[in-house]
Amino acid sequence: MRIEEHPVLQFDRGEKVTFFYNGQEVEAYSNETIAAALHAAGVRRLGHSPELHRPRGLFCAIGNCSSCFMTVNGEPNVRICVTRVEPGMRVEEQQGKGVVTP
Amino acid sequence: MIRNVEVLVVGGGPAGLCAAQAAASMGAKVTMLERDYVPGGQLVKQTHKFFGSEKQHAGERGFQIGRMLLDEIQADPNIEILPETTALGCYEDGVITALQGDKHLKFRPERTILATGAAEKFLAFPGNDLPGVYGAGAVQTLMNVAGVKPAQRVLMVGSGNIGLIVSYQLKQAGVEVAGVVEAAPRIGGYLVHAAKIRRAGIPILTGWTVKEAFGKEQVEGAVICQLDDKFQQIPGTEKTIACDAICLAVGLTPLTELCWQAGCEMKYIRELSGHVPVVSDDLETTKAGIYAAGDVTGIEEASSAMVEGKIAGYSAAASLGHSPEEAARLRQEAMEELRQLRSGPTGGKINAGIEKVKQDGGVVHVNLYRYSH
Amino acid sequence: MLISTGIPTEEDLQGVMPPAQRRKLGPVAMAECFQKIPCNPCVAACRQKAITMGNDINECPKIDFDLCTGCGVCLTKCPGLAIFIIDETYGADTALVKLPFEYLPLPQAGQYAMGLNRAGEELGWFKVVQVIKGSARNLTHTICLEVPKELSMEVRNIREGGYRDE
Repeated sequence: MRIEEHPVLQFDRGEKVTFFYNGQEVEAYSNETIAAALHAAGVRRLGHSPELHRPRGLFCAIGNCSSCFMTVNGEPNVRICVTRVEPGMRVEEQQGKGVVTP
Repeated sequence: MIRNVEVLVVGGGPAGLCAAQAAASMGAKVTMLERDYVPGGQLVKQTHKFFGSEKQHAGERGFQIGRMLLDEIQADPNIEILPETTALGCYEDGVITALQGDKHLKFRPERTILATGAAEKFLAFPGNDLPGVYGAGAVQTLMNVAGVKPAQRVLMVGSGNIGLIVSYQLKQAGVEVAGVVEAAPRIGGYLVHAAKIRRAGIPILTGWTVKEAFGKEQVEGAVICQLDDKFQQIPGTEKTIACDAICLAVGLTPLTELCWQAGCEMKYIRELSGHVPVVSDDLETTKAGIYAAGDVTGIEEASSAMVEGKIAGYSAAASLGHSPEEAARLRQEAMEELRQLRSGPTGGKINAGIEKVKQDGGVVHVNLYRYSH
Repeated sequence: MLISTGIPTEEDLQGVMPPAQRRKLGPVAMAECFQKIPCNPCVAACRQKAITMGNDINECPKIDFDLCTGCGVCLTKCPGLAIFIIDETYGADTALVKLPFEYLPLPQAGQYAMGLNRAGEELGWFKVVQVIKGSARNLTHTICLEVPKELSMEVRNIREGGYRDE
């Protein structure tokens, strides 16, 4: 959920854009990260751990940990907490360890 | 191609911003590497008014200070900011590499100021990997940068300044805070912060910890329990808290990878929250020409990080022959500011840590990263 | 204990409370600042030079209640939101408590807000006499709340939202 009014801050969210989460169209803003956009849309489970398949979500939000890895436009292991949304972007839950193809 | 630069500042948080500004004001050409879209570090997420004195912009809110510093350095022709650029490595010949998008950059700086900051600590308990268990920094990032509520009802773990402040910020953002649990028998952060959330109805439970988080796909609640004076859980004291997020504010540890790689002498200092580089009064590490400032030298308040940045910036500039007398005078002033900030009881721990850094022994020479790959 | 609960004790408060004699004379500031931390904007804020802390920025502020006029500038400048203005001369049975406020929504003058004590416990509905908005840069607002005189040392916050018109 987005904060509509804040006593101290004003948010410069940028323009409204849409992207695709697991094939579904999601509304977002151009200045926000994929993680923020998914949170605003109520998506907190971002994937599963590769071995025990436990649900995984955001932890650090500044690119330090690797809890938020997702596949973005076909590229696996993207830290969605530090990657901004782009119009039409395809964001998918990753299955297992992502394989990087050169 | 390797780029020769005069002063390279790694990190654009409070220490890095002030280091860049100080060095540039003496006439040095500064290049700043910042991994985020814009510099500012954690300052941009701080909505409360800062403590300290006028010299550290006390009374201004953190994000206002961040914006002010950023405006100043962006307008400074001596400073080049490289955003979205993450430092990757610090090599024996002094070369620093960085990633900018898909470009691999190489720099050979005459002086380097490492202002890489800190990372959040984690806490072991069953269910701590569930979605909805966040570091306090993540909560601040979602809430204060993106303007997105991280949850509806949050349990805060840790009553240091970050735990107390983020609880207050959650309430300001319209998120309920179920309470703050603190393992120690005492509140860790400033009591004015504690009083502020307490009178807003947020309970602070000292001598309590989170025992487990539960939920299927994400956090649906937490079990908290009391601790005895040896920090052991007391059976039978468990309470269930309904919450959809658990926010961990259990401390920070210096981000010292580049110091290790550079081969700086390192020491483990508990009071400074981890391994820190051994530095001189000028904040130069044991590798000539490499300085360290801010949380990377030990976890402290942002106001101290800003002053450390100034000291490192003036020192680096002076060592290159830029206005050495003026730089020495300003560095001296900054050192006096720092002494004052650390002179009270809250600075006692920091001073004890710094003393330990200065004492002989305890140095770790091994370049851990060379052997761990 | 303040250090374990965040709630100042009677003893803590006794040390910083303006004496009853002084409170009979008009508005006065009370700094609920009990811990040595490096911070001094209140000293710089006071036009009467009523707030001092010696040479050490870590000392707790001391208010000279004879010099203090209760103007409230320090209230909006204290980073800890720990300064309150108490005016026990406000009404026959009521006092005016001015408190710092940084939540939304803001009440409007004339509305009633739920008054809270230092533990966040409800004390009753009190009239908001005035809301002094902080500047765009400061953003700390001052809520002026009319409370029964015997609660002038108890009321320290209002609940945000749910304001009543009577």
